[in-house]
Amino acid sequence: MSLIVAREVSKSYATEAVEVHALRGVSFDVEAGSFLAFVGPSGSGKTTLLNLIGCLDKPTSGRLEVAGVDVTRLTRQQAAAFRGEHLGFVFQSFNLIPVLTAFENVEYPLVMVRNRPVHERRTRVLELLDAVGIADQRDKLPEQLSGGQKQRVAIARALVTQPELVLADEPTANLDYATATMIIALMKTMKQELNTTFLFSTHDTRIIGEVEIIYTLEDGQLVGAEKEKPQ
Amino acid sequence: MRNLGKIALRNLRRYTRRSLLTISLIAFGVMFVLIFVAVTGSFKHLITTQITDSYLGSLQIHRRGYVASIETLPVNLNLTATEVTTVEAALVAIPEVEASSQRIKFGGLFSNFVETTNIRINGVEPAAEFATCPQMAARIVQRDNSARALQPGTILVPALLARGFGTKVGDTVVVVATNKDGSVNGKTLVVSGILESATGPGGRDGYIHIDDAVEILRMPAKEVSEIAVRVRSLAQVDRVAERLREKLGPVGAEVHTWEQLSPFANIAKMIDVMTFFIRLMLIAVVLISILNVMIMAVYERVREIGTIAAIGTLPRKILSLFLVEGLFLGMAGAAVGVLAGLGMIFVLHLVKLPVTMGQANYLLAPTVEPLEVLIAALMVVVISILASVQPAYKASRMEPIEALRHV
Repeated sequence: MSLIVAREVSKSYATEAVEVHALRGVSFDVEAGSFLAFVGPSGSGKTTLLNLIGCLDKPTSGRLEVAGVDVTRLTRQQAAAFRGEHLGFVFQSFNLIPVLTAFENVEYPLVMVRNRPVHERRTRVLELLDAVGIADQRDKLPEQLSGGQKQRVAIARALVTQPELVLADEPTANLDYATATMIIALMKTMKQELNTTFLFSTHDTRIIGEVEIIYTLEDGQLVGAEKEKPQ
Repeated sequence: MRNLGKIALRNLRRYTRRSLLTISLIAFGVMFVLIFVAVTGSFKHLITTQITDSYLGSLQIHRRGYVASIETLPVNLNLTATEVTTVEAALVAIPEVEASSQRIKFGGLFSNFVETTNIRINGVEPAAEFATCPQMAARIVQRDNSARALQPGTILVPALLARGFGTKVGDTVVVVATNKDGSVNGKTLVVSGILESATGPGGRDGYIHIDDAVEILRMPAKEVSEIAVRVRSLAQVDRVAERLREKLGPVGAEVHTWEQLSPFANIAKMIDVMTFFIRLMLIAVVLISILNVMIMAVYERVREIGTIAAIGTLPRKILSLFLVEGLFLGMAGAAVGVLAGLGMIFVLHLVKLPVTMGQANYLLAPTVEPLEVLIAALMVVVISILASVQPAYKASRMEPIEALRHV
């Protein structure tokens, strides 16, 4: 069974002057454990598609199922609960909570979303911080971390609830070459170790070179799907 | 809840200066309210106690119609011996009644054989009077000895009159009065003490023994103008008065509380109204301060709200997060304000404030009731939560996608 099933998904925004068609009848399937990217120029609809899959927005028409749930029918409350249960997010600007340490940022979803007991939280967070290579930075606040370290914390936070799907919107856009390469490698390692599905929106060629499936979007339409050879 | 508190505290520390400013503002408001409540409350208590414990009693019982004519001190509207017995029986049956004093009041002439002036006289039984008005003994500023004060044949002269006439303890004076039949009688009395003035009507009366009053007014049988009653607590006065009215109404006696007899009751009511408005001002200060700071907090953290919403934080938890922040601000302001207010009140209590009320001078040592402190603190905490509701609700209703786009 596919993790994501999208059929004729469209999204339009009505502005004062004109109606913008961000997505026009996009259909695709994503299997669990995939490492794939939506690529395309700015305004092609990548971020809109990620927002729809991430239950942050609703399609104007079409069918969209994530983890077997028709996400188009979820209420605000249900969507929030669904995100907390099934999804992890990695943002372009890291979006760490500035008043929390690296440890606490990773711990946050287990506390505020999953309400897990202390010992379980501690074990899980330390495992992940170790896995992303910043266990020694765990007591630092985001402002004391470099861009790469912040994104590692963000990845650990996205993975801490063991989600089925991690959505990463331009995760390397704010990173230098070396750091970006490390982050991509890290996410790939995480995917292999945890069998978590990673879905990117990007035009970073380094990511494009690493993913297994590339969906190309242009002007809100899916114009190509390319599968890399399994390594 | 612990984690909500931790995050809320960290967020407040993030904007240290703003948080401290808000806390200071609330603390200043709480401190001001507590000092105001302490000073006005203590003033009210001081004057009320002076009035009730010096001469008025907690409540008074008269024959119906007496109070309406009280300015002329009528001697033909007294309670008869039978009525007095009924009243005394009713008083004994009420456990909240601590003491009572029968009085014969009349207006007369006071002469030191050189000069003559008018005087209001209370004929009382000393033990009952001192039990009903325990501060009266303290008003006797000059006396030959306490045993003789208010014994038959003596008079306590009001200080203003004594000063004007140059009357001293041990002097012989004469009191002349007209009885209800219209005949005039007088009695020579020895001054056994000078009575300091007290605030309000009756605060400048002279006192003699009740037997002397009976003699001067040539009463064939003892009659009583009023019965002053001391109730154990002023808070019980209205309840006791109501019970007495039920019992004494049919007898033709009327019951008046100190509030109905003293004009100071209106001042006390004014003080209560002012305290109410001062509390309203505190509410406004807290409301505006917290609302302002929480609106700013939400506005500055839109992206952060978007992030926590995106990763699955439920709207009610986001709401709680901001409510707890507002609550902490209010609690901190209330705590600092209470401590500062109690400190200031303690200093004022030690220093004491001079107060002049009419002819009387007092030293006010402000104190504050624990309940008043609790009310002020709770009020701040509740208003802090209420002030945070709108910004917190706004934060919880934000669409994550829009919040994440916020720059």
